[in-house]
Amino acid sequence: MSTPIDYLLHLADNAVVLGQRNAEWCGHGPILEEDLALANVSLDLIGQARLLYQRVAELKGGDASEDQLAYFRDAHEFRNYTLLELPHHGPLVGYAAADRDYATTIVRNFLYSALMVLVWDGLQNSADAGLAAIAAKSVKETSYHLHHARDWLVRMGDGTDESHARVQAAVDHLMPYTEEFWTTSPAEGAAVAAHVAVDVWALRPAWDAMVNDALAEATLSRPNFHGYVTEGKVGLHSEHLGFLLAEMQSLARAHPDGRW
Amino acid sequence: MYTQSFSVADAPGQKPAAPTLSTENPEEMARFDARIDADGRIEPQDWMPEAYRKTLVRQISQHAHSEIVGMLPEGNWISRAPSLKRKAILIAKVQDEGGHGLYLYSAAETLGTSRDQLLEGLHSGRAKYSSIFNYPTLTWADVGVIGWLVDGAAIMNQIPLCRCSYGPYARAMVRVCKEESFHQRQGYEALLVMMTGTEAQKAMVQDAVNRWWWKCLAMFGPPDADSPNSAQGMRWGIKRISNDDLRQKFVDATVPQAKVLGITLPDPDLKWNEARQHYDYGQIDWAEFWNTVEGNGPCNKERLSTRVKAHTDGQWVRDAALAYTRKQQERAMKEAA
Ligand SMILES: [Fe+2]
Ligand SMILES: [Fe+2]
Repeated sequence: MSTPIDYLLHLADNAVVLGQRNAEWCGHGPILEEDLALANVSLDLIGQARLLYQRVAELKGGDASEDQLAYFRDAHEFRNYTLLELPHHGPLVGYAAADRDYATTIVRNFLYSALMVLVWDGLQNSADAGLAAIAAKSVKETSYHLHHARDWLVRMGDGTDESHARVQAAVDHLMPYTEEFWTTSPAEGAAVAAHVAVDVWALRPAWDAMVNDALAEATLSRPNFHGYVTEGKVGLHSEHLGFLLAEMQSLARAHPDGRW
Repeated sequence: MYTQSFSVADAPGQKPAAPTLSTENPEEMARFDARIDADGRIEPQDWMPEAYRKTLVRQISQHAHSEIVGMLPEGNWISRAPSLKRKAILIAKVQDEGGHGLYLYSAAETLGTSRDQLLEGLHSGRAKYSSIFNYPTLTWADVGVIGWLVDGAAIMNQIPLCRCSYGPYARAMVRVCKEESFHQRQGYEALLVMMTGTEAQKAMVQDAVNRWWWKCLAMFGPPDADSPNSAQGMRWGIKRISNDDLRQKFVDATVPQAKVLGITLPDPDLKWNEARQHYDYGQIDWAEFWNTVEGNGPCNKERLSTRVKAHTDGQWVRDAALAYTRKQQERAMKEAA
């Protein structure tokens, strides 16, 4: 049984985009141990993306390859959650510059890995054996990412007044983007119908429980949601993805015939 | 990534301290000397002369700082790595260098100096790090060339340190050297692949070699005649092979690799000397080297300010962790009471 390509791309693009973001801390972390921890997270995510892109390339055939998929598609072809492409700071326009904020990084990693431990866990039973194998590897990695992010979320929330304020601001900023988790894209619908994917909607109570429990332990409050629901997974992104890809793809595109 | 193979005074303008004959404790001193002479290991709990301790703290901390600052030049290309495989390799490499920094800070801590104190030395500009990292990484080929030549030079320097008289440093070096040789092979392999690519890629590799070759030769430090601290370092089993000997080994090992790669090393004087059974090489620009060591290289300010900024920006995160731990301890005590 093979999985709809757009669904695999959604999983792969999530991983590569968040992997790219996490790697931005390398050399700039708040303490050396965190440079190493985020590099690990990034390596796991890029590893997941590579396996998923390789699977897509197999299904597509022709000259498709992991790098052609990562480097030679444009922003509107990317299927990642908008949450994952945001820079490590509060809400600013695409071309604004600001310092990286570790609270934003941690909250995003927490919200996403809390979802993905559930998703990967479910995908271990996918009718697509290749995807199930990727899920089995990824669920272990993601549970480490979740622990790491959750520990920091609690430390920051229940740390100093400053850290509490910063992490609360990051929760307020990012939580609305998680609404995108609960909408069903055509690719997700098709994959669920084909019994190769999990229905993310069904995971919502478990995700809510994990998030509420961590926020309570961190003495943080959960903002009520109202407003715009992002649509990155159908290719409608924020202003930020264009910049992320412009940087990530620049060298590969400057040498389209290059061998690396 | 890399230790200065030679002794550089930390504070600007300060000459390396002349080795003093210890009057601290003649009996202990005799035991210490005997152990060094027998090629034995000194461990943290052992008595050691103050000058030995100071020299080691300086050398190990310079090495640790080099690993950490050394993350920046290559980190510059992580976001733009041209394939996912190369991106993963590069992240893992830069992460290894951070790991080397961690072991080395721990080794220095066994000598009674905390990581905070050591970092303070780096951030205030008092402590040095390897000057090779004060040059910019201008193209992707720099990543391969740094692996091949800079990690390669580091291995030459560090293999003898695996037999260093100070146990924790020697043990850290064994692990570090294994990883550095992996980096060296990966860097070289990346270049080999680029050399099978387009003309633009080949030109990129040659350009990077042109910019890094002489800097790498200088990494081994000034000629033996101008290395005041080497003799004491040799006596103490902290330094095992002289700067010039290491440099020669590096040149001899690299020339055939350059041939296989298909690039030209930018030195018209480089040629095999049948009588010496070594390659002769040209003059290193020591004035440029010392100018960079003293803070006036192309990237000194950027490298250091970036380290300082990461530390300053991260203060609130470290404070949060401390405050949280303190609260947890207080809660545990209350529960116990
Ligand atoms: Fe290295
Ligand atoms: Fe290293």
